Amino acid sequence: MNAAPASFYRRTADALADARLRGAVGRVTASVRRSRQAALDRLPDADAWRDHARQLRAHTIAHLDRYLDEFAAAIEARGGHVFYAPTAEDAIAYVTSLVRSRNLKTAVKSKSMISEEIDLNARLEAAGVRVVETDLGEYVVQLADDHPSHIVMPIIHKTRGEIADLFRAKAGATDADLTDVASMTQFARRTLRPEFLRADLGVSGVNFGVASTGTLCVCTNEGNGRLVTTLPRVHVAMMGIERLVPTPEDLTVMLQILGRSATGQNLTVYTNLINGPRPADETDGPSELHVVLVDNGRSRVLGSELAEILYCIRCGACLNACPVYQEIGGHAYGSVYPGPFGSVLTPALRGLETFHDLPHASSLCGACREACPVRIDIPRMLLALRADDAKAHHAPWWIATGLRVYRWVATSPRRFQTAGRLTAKLMRTTSRDGWIRWLPPPLSGWTSTRDFPVMAVESFQERWARRTKPPEQNPS
Amino acid sequence: MTPAARSSVPKPTRVQLFVTCLVDRLFPDTGFSVATVLERLGLEVVCPPLQTCCGQPAFNAGFLDDARALARHTIDVLAAAPDPVVMPSGSCGDMVIHRYASLLADDPAYAERARDLAARTYEFTRFLVDVMGVTDVGATSDARLTYHACCHGLRGLGVDHQPRELLAQVKGADVVPLEEADVCCGFGGLFAVKMADISSAMLTRKLDCIERTGADTVVVTDVSCAMHMNGGLHRRGCPIRVRHIADVLAGSEAKR
Repeated sequence: MNAAPASFYRRTADALADARLRGAVGRVTASVRRSRQAALDRLPDADAWRDHARQLRAHTIAHLDRYLDEFAAAIEARGGHVFYAPTAEDAIAYVTSLVRSRNLKTAVKSKSMISEEIDLNARLEAAGVRVVETDLGEYVVQLADDHPSHIVMPIIHKTRGEIADLFRAKAGATDADLTDVASMTQFARRTLRPEFLRADLGVSGVNFGVASTGTLCVCTNEGNGRLVTTLPRVHVAMMGIERLVPTPEDLTVMLQILGRSATGQNLTVYTNLINGPRPADETDGPSELHVVLVDNGRSRVLGSELAEILYCIRCGACLNACPVYQEIGGHAYGSVYPGPFGSVLTPALRGLETFHDLPHASSLCGACREACPVRIDIPRMLLALRADDAKAHHAPWWIATGLRVYRWVATSPRRFQTAGRLTAKLMRTTSRDGWIRWLPPPLSGWTSTRDFPVMAVESFQERWARRTKPPEQNPS
Repeated sequence: MTPAARSSVPKPTRVQLFVTCLVDRLFPDTGFSVATVLERLGLEVVCPPLQTCCGQPAFNAGFLDDARALARHTIDVLAAAPDPVVMPSGSCGDMVIHRYASLLADDPAYAERARDLAARTYEFTRFLVDVMGVTDVGATSDARLTYHACCHGLRGLGVDHQPRELLAQVKGADVVPLEEADVCCGFGGLFAVKMADISSAMLTRKLDCIERTGADTVVVTDVSCAMHMNGGLHRRGCPIRVRHIADVLAGSEAKR
């Protein structure tokens, strides 16, 4: 993952001020939400598929040690190499040592969030390897020296016009190359094709690893994943340790819901199943396959109250469903993993010290839980992280003190009613027509855009008591 | 729930009303609306006098000890009688129904009572439709209504068809659809203050949808969301008002 964020609040303010960003993110997420719903509606018993997928993920995560052993043994039996990387540095050291020993000079990459997580590109380049992203979105990100802002649609934050300008400035595109999206795509295709042919290293992510067979499943829509994993002489597949399914049959369950949840497709255009390096009697495929299993904090999450986040299949449905993500986009989260699942996963992997704002960046509306194909209870874990955060004394003083006072007041009905009455009277001194238009800090955030209603001097309970008991004195 | 299933549930004759802290001090008229509707169905309404707050503000902020203290107090207040508990809030309802048991799981004196209370606590519209089997409560209105689904009721408690069915039976009312009716208004309790800019952006989107409906009244099942949206509408100078469904069903003119 990238450098620690300076300030969540500043990035959020920047995002909210960027009308073009919000317009782009709002339009695309709305369109994908409709496609997702239509794709699930086309699948008979979609809810049962989701339940089954959840059970599979829960089972796999509960027995991850066993399935990792099985997976590694199956890959090695077919002549592949498996490296378990406890940390990001271990993963990088393995890959950079590999490129040195094999004298690899040019890498083509298909989309891989785990390589973003460990910042592999920069480290490969430092080791003298030229790295070319070949997923169209990631290619744009690389040209722009930017970061993905969505795990499935990396350039959701960019408009067509921005990309045209970028292609012209950085890739030598002419006006004829930029007349429409189709011509721009053709331009990228022509530019990338020689890179595939030249590359001696292919780096891919892995959507699912099948434990019983050692199969790597790579889903793409552009076919670049197929070229990356077959043309160069060395293929390095990067994956988080949690991305396993037990059997090929289980893989079909996950594939039923992955494309539908991610983009509204029944299946991605390409679903590659890779079963090891090129055998002696075949002509296609790399001569070496290295599978790098990246832990980087995941085994610490196993067995914790946040383990459920490891069920995630990276479809991005929770991002598209989240009204907060729709307003601020992905970069504001300051992590490779943005949106609701990222607000759990990022602090889970990297700690609350730096990322303590993320679990609070949610109204807890539950749209993420509803959209998640494997029904991950993200709000529950956001709450658990908030509790950890409170224990670590990261909460603003006014919240900690305010809640302590509120507890003292609200555990005594008498204090509760007295405090309410006094507050109501105080509010009346500054209100007009029953509304307060200004509140002092730290409550000023409310009145920056909203009025606040004044409290009633006589509460419901006081009036109710008068109704049910004979009045001691005449009201008014 | 099918009509047959509805009628097979034994119907209570008395309920405990937990009005919630916001209704108690900010929207007392709504509390009376709830009681009016329940009494119209022949129910005896008891309002346990020592009730305060369910503790959700502390829970959502991560201050679990403070939340536990308020949860224990609320259990003490509501567990004294065996009658079902009705709350005019999906949010507080979700707290009592889905959070109390895990919050107090390690407290031998309260764990069992928390589960017992959860099993007989109902959000107001869910109680009317799913327990009492009623959708026509004799309400009339000449308003043009639209419905916003509050998040915790909708996704926590499955509250959606119940308020819609109740509104469809309000005589004289015109119910029009609200675009993005199930998208959060941005309230989220302390979120609205702590992350005020994001919350405000969400509210703007919601209010734009509301203004496009042509409705004069937005109906909700939580006064917290009503307070938030009304605060924004009032700031905009927009005359549309958000009201708790009980105020519409009681046919009474509440002030806010």
